[in-house]
Amino acid sequence: MVTTGEDGIQAKAGVDQYLTFMLAGEEYGVDILKVQEIKGWDPATPIPNSPEWLLGVINLRGTVVPVVDLRRRFGLEEAQFGPTTVIIVLKVPGAVREKTVGIVVDAVSEVYNVAADAVTPPPEIASSAATRYVRGLARVEDKMVILLDSEHLLDFDAAATAH
Amino acid sequence: MSDDFSEFLDVFFEECAEGLDVMESGLLALDGGTPDGEAINTIFRAAHSIKGGAATFDFPRLADFTHTVEALLDRMRDGRRAVTRDAVDLLLAAVDALRGMVAASRAGEPLDEARAADLKRDLEAAMDAPAASAAGETAAPTPAVQDGAEPATGWRIRFVPAEEMLARGNDPLHILRALEELGRLEVRTDGAGLPALDALDTTRCHLGFDLTLHGTVSEVQVREVFAWVDGECELHVAPLDPAAASPPAAVGRDEPEPHAAHDPTTDPEAPVDTTATAEPPAAVPSAAPPALVPAPRAGPAVASAAAKPQAAPAPTGGGEAGSIRVGIEKVDGLINLVGELVITQSMLSSIAEGANGVDLEKLRDGVAQLVRNTRELQEMAMQIRMLPIATSFNRFPRLVRDLGARLGKQVELRIEGGGTELDKTVLEKIGDPLVHLVRNSMDHGIERPEQRRAAGKPDIGVLTLAARHEGGNIVIEVGDDGAGLDTARILAKARERGLVGVDEDLTEAQVHDLVFRAGFSTAEQVSDVSGRGVGMDVVRRNIQELGGAVTVTSAAGTGSTFTIRLPLTLAILDGQLVRVGAQIYILSLLSVVESVQVKPGLVSRVAGHTEVFALRGRYIPVVRLHRLFGIDADSARLEDGLLVVVEAAGRRVALFIDELLGQQQVVIKSLESNYRHVQGLSGATILGDGRVALILDVPRLIQRELAAGRGAALAAVDPAA
Repeated sequence: MVTTGEDGIQAKAGVDQYLTFMLAGEEYGVDILKVQEIKGWDPATPIPNSPEWLLGVINLRGTVVPVVDLRRRFGLEEAQFGPTTVIIVLKVPGAVREKTVGIVVDAVSEVYNVAADAVTPPPEIASSAATRYVRGLARVEDKMVILLDSEHLLDFDAAATAH
Repeated sequence: MSDDFSEFLDVFFEECAEGLDVMESGLLALDGGTPDGEAINTIFRAAHSIKGGAATFDFPRLADFTHTVEALLDRMRDGRRAVTRDAVDLLLAAVDALRGMVAASRAGEPLDEARAADLKRDLEAAMDAPAASAAGETAAPTPAVQDGAEPATGWRIRFVPAEEMLARGNDPLHILRALEELGRLEVRTDGAGLPALDALDTTRCHLGFDLTLHGTVSEVQVREVFAWVDGECELHVAPLDPAAASPPAAVGRDEPEPHAAHDPTTDPEAPVDTTATAEPPAAVPSAAPPALVPAPRAGPAVASAAAKPQAAPAPTGGGEAGSIRVGIEKVDGLINLVGELVITQSMLSSIAEGANGVDLEKLRDGVAQLVRNTRELQEMAMQIRMLPIATSFNRFPRLVRDLGARLGKQVELRIEGGGTELDKTVLEKIGDPLVHLVRNSMDHGIERPEQRRAAGKPDIGVLTLAARHEGGNIVIEVGDDGAGLDTARILAKARERGLVGVDEDLTEAQVHDLVFRAGFSTAEQVSDVSGRGVGMDVVRRNIQELGGAVTVTSAAGTGSTFTIRLPLTLAILDGQLVRVGAQIYILSLLSVVESVQVKPGLVSRVAGHTEVFALRGRYIPVVRLHRLFGIDADSARLEDGLLVVVEAAGRRVALFIDELLGQQQVVIKSLESNYRHVQGLSGATILGDGRVALILDVPRLIQRELAAGRGAALAAVDPAA
């Protein structure tokens, strides 16, 4: 089965498409079907007594959407927000219904087709916070892309109880 | 396809629920006063729709059980079965069973077959009970013997379709054909209603039919055929006299009419024109009263006779008052849109305020109009969500009846203001707290008849459920004329539990307020109704979660009244904007008491950290919002900012802020829908400039503050210290 998207990128059975973005020099990917939109950075309203990686909430056309600073989430060094800094708005399944959540990343990179058999499971080092949210590693055009499990990454309730 | 079907299924289940509610309130109305044919008819129709739907959607058990219920109702309707309290009890139990079956069917779970079978047996047994009571009703007719369960040899049916029957999609011809399948049918048309040829309207039914059906068919079977045209025709079904060996006269036959063999009540001369006089009296619904005996006062609870006039019209009226069924998500979508319009409007307003010049005068006018339109639109949109509180009150007649019987108390329920409308969400959430308060009043408030007599009160206690609008609020009262709260015992208990210090002096109101404390119950006997000490605190919490408050007033010997105050809607709030550092927060205007500039010396420190502020002799704990929320304020010195005194449930704290901004209506957006619940916040909103501002949950903030610093904050402090 081959379907062709508007942009001419082909999706084959067993091949998933990932939107990749840069974060502290590494390339990460999220399932493109989970991406609602990409928007420029706007200051967020901080939420009191929330994890430090939650920047706050923004107004997305009338909906209040939480925004996560992915660098802080992964315990990476902080960076100044620059002109390429964007918010990727993701749809993640919630306990009751789908939630809309933004992640702040350094820059958006590419859209890649990744065959399921090109993904290797994450290395068994559970020490780093980031590895818990990694679905797998994919080799694309001689680069390594870290595929994220956005569902776990943005599970606020689990994050709250862990804190 | 299957999706479509499941959509219909949902509608069916909803209709079942509504139908069952109608049946229940109808049965309760029967129970209290003199039953009338129309009341039974209403119950019957509701049962009938459920049966029809169940058969359509292939729930044979449900259809079968409802059929039995319907058969008993049918007997009551035409007077072959007296309306007794026992029968009403049985039918109420059947309604409960049906609810269970509907819920199980909806969830795809197995039905409680045993319960259904038991009840079904009871219902069938109840059908055989005599029509008239021992009161010696004259109407005890011969047809009572002609029990529908035992088929007669034939039936004489007079069937006059309403003129507009065709327009409603029913065709008398189909009915005649269906009857033909039951046995040999003789049809005699009655053309008396036929208009002149030039006035003939072929889309209307003008003919009446006198039918004679031969065959061993039960009355239920016969009536079943007419089930879909119930209420759209004049219908009389009478058994053929078994003694009449040959069928009575019919068109085209020339047998002599069997005069002598007829039932004495039947006019032998005119089988063609068998109207009421030709009927066994009991079969005429409108002539039913003699056979319908008011429920004997067997049970101790005098069920809601007083509730009937107000409560009863609601379900009937509700169904016919041009109501629509709208998916709640559509309504929510509309409200969101309106919310955005409100935001646009406030944005425009702020531009207009900043601008000057002659041309801008027009802009201002336009904006003024926009403001007006927006508000009207908003109000209209909110109306869609508003439902009369009667939908919640209607469950109480049953509850009061059952509880009264169990507690051995006689209670009359009075419902006032059932038409008061409130937000659907509020309505759904207020049900449980109300049940709790009503149970509480029944259990602790209203005394047993002998105690009441000793106190010089009538045996029958009065429980009042009242709702009304008051300003921007809904006020709901649950009152009783019972013994009132026992102040001394509450205080003793509170001291015993350490809730109140031994030397602490409380006003009467403060003592009464103790009943809302967790783990508090003064019930001498723990019953299964109430008295386990969980409850009143939960009631208060639930009501506070709705942005409301509950208080109690009580007078010893004359009763207690619990008063609930709720905002009209959960979606829009009259907000006071305050600034702390770079952040804007919103307080519900209802919770704001006043704001004051602090003078040095008016604030004292208690136990080193809790600050209290002396305001007209009262000590109010100060909550520094910047510290609570971990943000930077302009200044940490109280003299530089303002204290906003806020109140919830009679308790006050002062919030320390930098600046008081304007007041505006804000649309409440949930934080939970995309994030999670945050302690101390009740939601967020979007300001005119597009920024998100957080709405403070004042009751929770107060609760937390007072819980954290209670000992210190409430301890008497020397103001000079």
